[in-house]
Amino acid sequence: MKMDSNKIYKSEAATSHLPGMLHEAAKPKMRGENVNVFYGEKQALFDVNLDIGANEVTALIGPSGCGKSTFLRCLNRMNDTIDICRVTGKITLDDDDIYDPKIDVVELRARVGMVFQKPNPFPKSIFENVAYGPRIHGLSRNKTDLEEIVVTSLRRAGLFQEVKDRMHQPGTGLSGGQQQRLCIARAIAVSPEVILMDEPCSALDPIATATVEELIDELRENYTIVIVTHSMQQAARVSQKTAFFHLGNLVEHGDTDEIFQNPREERTKNYITGRIG
Amino acid sequence: MSTSTNAPATGIRANPDATRRRTIARNNAEKRFRAYGIGAIVIGLFFLAVLGYSIFSSGIPAFSKTVVEIDFTLSEEQYEAAEGQLFKTKAYSQYFIQSLQQRMAGSAENVEFTEEATERLLGKVGSTLREFYRENTDQLGQPVKFSLAASSRVNGYINGRITRDSMTDSRFLMRSDLDLVDVLRGNGIIQNVFDWNFITGADTGVDNPGAAGIGASVIGSFFMMLVVLVLSLPIGVAASIYLEEFAPQNRFTDLIEVNISNLAAVPSIVFGILGLSVFIQFMHLPQSAPLVGGLVLTLMTLPTIIISTRASLKSVPPSIREAALGVGASKTQAVFHHVLPLAMPGILTGTIIGLAQALGETAPLLLIGMVGFVATGYPESFMSGFVEPNSAMPAQIYTWAARADYSFYEKAWGGIIVLLCFLAVMNIAAIILRKRFERRW
Amino acid sequence: MLVLWALLFILALSATGFFLGRQRALSLVNGDQRNLHSMPKYYGSNVALKALVPAALLLVVWSIAQPLYVNYSISSSIPESAVSETSSLGLLMAEVRRVADGLDSTVAQGTISDELARDPNADLNSITEGFKSAGQILTSEITRPMLQAAQSYRSMRRDGRFYMIIAVVALSLLGLIWGIRETQPRFRARNVVENGLKVLLISAASIAILTTIGIVLSLIFNTYEFFTLYPASDFFFGTSWAPSFSGRGGSSDLGILPLLWGTLYISLVALVVAVPIGLFAAIYLSEYAGPQLRAMAKPMLEVLAGIPTIVYGLFALLTVGPLLLAVFGDEGVGIMQAGTAVMTAGLVMGIMLIPFVSSLSDDIINAVPQSMRDGSYALGATQSETIKKVVLPAALPGIVGAILLAASRAIGETMIVVLGAGAAARMSLNPFEAMTTVTAKIVSQLTGDADFSSPEALVAFALGMTLFVITLGLNIIALYIVRKYREQYE
Repeated sequence: MKMDSNKIYKSEAATSHLPGMLHEAAKPKMRGENVNVFYGEKQALFDVNLDIGANEVTALIGPSGCGKSTFLRCLNRMNDTIDICRVTGKITLDDDDIYDPKIDVVELRARVGMVFQKPNPFPKSIFENVAYGPRIHGLSRNKTDLEEIVVTSLRRAGLFQEVKDRMHQPGTGLSGGQQQRLCIARAIAVSPEVILMDEPCSALDPIATATVEELIDELRENYTIVIVTHSMQQAARVSQKTAFFHLGNLVEHGDTDEIFQNPREERTKNYITGRIG
Repeated sequence: MSTSTNAPATGIRANPDATRRRTIARNNAEKRFRAYGIGAIVIGLFFLAVLGYSIFSSGIPAFSKTVVEIDFTLSEEQYEAAEGQLFKTKAYSQYFIQSLQQRMAGSAENVEFTEEATERLLGKVGSTLREFYRENTDQLGQPVKFSLAASSRVNGYINGRITRDSMTDSRFLMRSDLDLVDVLRGNGIIQNVFDWNFITGADTGVDNPGAAGIGASVIGSFFMMLVVLVLSLPIGVAASIYLEEFAPQNRFTDLIEVNISNLAAVPSIVFGILGLSVFIQFMHLPQSAPLVGGLVLTLMTLPTIIISTRASLKSVPPSIREAALGVGASKTQAVFHHVLPLAMPGILTGTIIGLAQALGETAPLLLIGMVGFVATGYPESFMSGFVEPNSAMPAQIYTWAARADYSFYEKAWGGIIVLLCFLAVMNIAAIILRKRFERRW
Repeated sequence: MLVLWALLFILALSATGFFLGRQRALSLVNGDQRNLHSMPKYYGSNVALKALVPAALLLVVWSIAQPLYVNYSISSSIPESAVSETSSLGLLMAEVRRVADGLDSTVAQGTISDELARDPNADLNSITEGFKSAGQILTSEITRPMLQAAQSYRSMRRDGRFYMIIAVVALSLLGLIWGIRETQPRFRARNVVENGLKVLLISAASIAILTTIGIVLSLIFNTYEFFTLYPASDFFFGTSWAPSFSGRGGSSDLGILPLLWGTLYISLVALVVAVPIGLFAAIYLSEYAGPQLRAMAKPMLEVLAGIPTIVYGLFALLTVGPLLLAVFGDEGVGIMQAGTAVMTAGLVMGIMLIPFVSSLSDDIINAVPQSMRDGSYALGATQSETIKKVVLPAALPGIVGAILLAASRAIGETMIVVLGAGAAARMSLNPFEAMTTVTAKIVSQLTGDADFSSPEALVAFALGMTLFVITLGLNIIALYIVRKYREQYE
């Protein structure tokens, strides 16, 4: 799990000479090439090619069952937990093939964190929730170190002020929005490079949603974020890039403004205007 | 039915009387059906009540013994005189009878205590007294309160188990002795007291039902349960974790699953055969040892524990696992740091219930020799508790029942009460554990 | 005892290994765990596992294999003439082991000197005297070949144990050193430990398979041996069960049919009692009863299931038997001779099975979708009509499965029939007569004085095999039916 601290900068410094899918000169943080996913006999994704740019928010949109969550879960190999799931093609993180058998999936997931649809704090104290990741990855030298990591993560997730007096009360006692921010703090605590969010606001009320969206925008500065969302407004609000999935195919992707104002494909247009979905 | 489809509808309108009669009949059928259901429940509960009644009414006497309590004073001169005689204990008996007669002098009936009758009622009183005074010479000349256990037949008479009509004269008890008992009872000298020996004592041979206790076999059961707990909890939990969290879907996994569900239904006597031929004949482990009993019961209990452990692992929502994996925990860490602690109350509940089942299991113990063995003492040390032959509670109960003697039947019922107390405590603990830590997701 | 000490020793070694490994990992990175691949405790666990697991495995395998090997080599060294004096080699070997154990404990008590115990030409009388004064029980006279065999048995056993301890401790130490040498900051300790852990989990799960194999093998071997002594056809089709008590001779009749008849008859009576009561109780509790009655009656009925079978056995022998005898005995109807009878055992077994049937049926009735009931009510059916015409037919396969499971339980039940059914094997239609069952005879044939190699004892294994096959078959069918039924409504 101890990654080379230079690695991030090295990869960002090296300008891409590969045929980029996006217009940036900067090399993408993650890229999927010809990704196919099968659940047993059933194919869920067909030849997806998508680049995820560093330090921006990429939104994956599309109707239910279109494969956007499947693709998201491929990015940190959460699909490994499903026995019958098989992935072909290539997904890279800073040029490392994440499906390389030599890659330890645990180290991958520490670099690519995840926030889930329903807030799922561990039934432990707020402190323990955040401290768990740093602890198993040995990120701290001692207790003060660990406390510092926890406080910083909670602060970045915008939760610290609300919970500083009850750090040792169960995380399950927080409100839904707070729980989700706790889960974000938990993901941040292991200092990932990429954070995957699977419909992070779908279980939250509008006010909590606004807080989390604000947070996502702030996090962009330090992390690369991929977010799956059902709400097109949300995609428009928080993301810089958008990718539209339909029936397992990546139909279109590009700058968010482009996609929403000037979709190239008919299907995208239909979805955005609410004719399918 | 053979008429057109709207015939019933017209029938209703056409003949309201018939319809009403039919409805009444249908409602009566409904009531009858309900009554069958209530009847079934009542019969079930009735059986439970009868079972409970016969256990307690027959078993409670096992916890009491009949004692003769008497203040007895032996002067120094009497002591010297007795010790100078040829039959020393006989002299003590006579002192005792004298003192008994004196005590009775005030009462209306006049009864004669002979030495033989006293022995039939109270055993060898003389030697008991002599032993006491030889060890405690300082008590000479002072009144000492003696409490002497009456024979089990006297106990039976006091408890109404033996009546004058049902008994026949024998060297153990004569009808005339019962008169003595009546007089003693009239004077409040003979009474029932709680028999601690039944709970702490060991088994006796077939001749001495009065002194038999269940204590040694409780120890035997304890060591067996220790073996079962130490083996079946870790093995059961490990097996369940593998099957529930790691096992790929393949033939090997299927094979294990099929085996577990079938083992759960194999008759317990078959496990006894397994224990006999594998542990005793093949591996030459000692017969009648709690270790072997524990091993057999472990194999029997494992399926129960695995099934309940898997259920509690399953009840931990997958989001917890995902959360742990999402921050980069390995699968093992996710399971051992999060899932297992959350499932623990359920696992422990299942384990306690499994242990309770194992505690009452008898049939396999018959085959590994725990029944033939008369557990006359406690194990010498902790380690020998595992390998020295011993009995176990259910095996002891069976042994007593098989002796076909009424005094031992009473002991068997008493043993059942002790066994059921243990089971009740275990089950209540399981219920409390479940209620206290139950988590709704 | 020695095995235990060896086990404790390697446990201690492995605990030491844990601290050594952890310490070494931390000291290699000057206490900064961020420079380690895994958390320090994984380095410790790696060393601990390597010191413990191979050595413990060796210990177990050796402890099982050594007696087999010693037995084999001693028994092949015993002269033929010595065998022919006693009945069989197996019996002689048992005697040899007993003498060897006796020598051990007499030497330990100091009644015989160690030299005398080892001397192959030792005076037999002084050995026997020594045994007697040490309170050892001898079933037969010690002969010269027996003594010599016992002596070499003793020495082989002692040597074996000595080498075992050395090998186990050496292996444990090797593992410890190996683990410590592996401990480097880059070493993927977590992955290694987790793989080791997984192997342990798999082996725990495999114990279920081993148990089944153990059951099947122990039944098959002994059953085979039985059929070499007693014709299989006489066993399966014999209508008379009369084992001779003298043993040895071929005069026993060991036909299983009377036992099977008794078993099936008693099980039938039990089901006749348990199925209607259990089923109606389940129907009432799941369809009619309010939450309060349900919360009270259901646990009360389940108490019946938690009561050990020995209690039911005693209940049959001492309460139900005499009660039935009072009514149907000579003073009453006059068709019952003794308290132990098919009716006694069957009735009590039925009581035992009530909660079994009712809780299984309860589950199954609850699995019938509410929509089916709603459909029936909407047509104006009463509740009982709905239950009789809709719910029960829909639940029928499941209920049949439950009844089959109950039947398998009844057939395999031991304590109630041992105490309540009597000992006489007969094929009669009168349920008030004493009959006996397969399980009861397994117990009586294996707990009697019969020699283990005689057909009278071995027949128990053939009976066990029959019982195992019947109950297994019933269970497989029942579980299949219940599973099919559940899938239907999932």
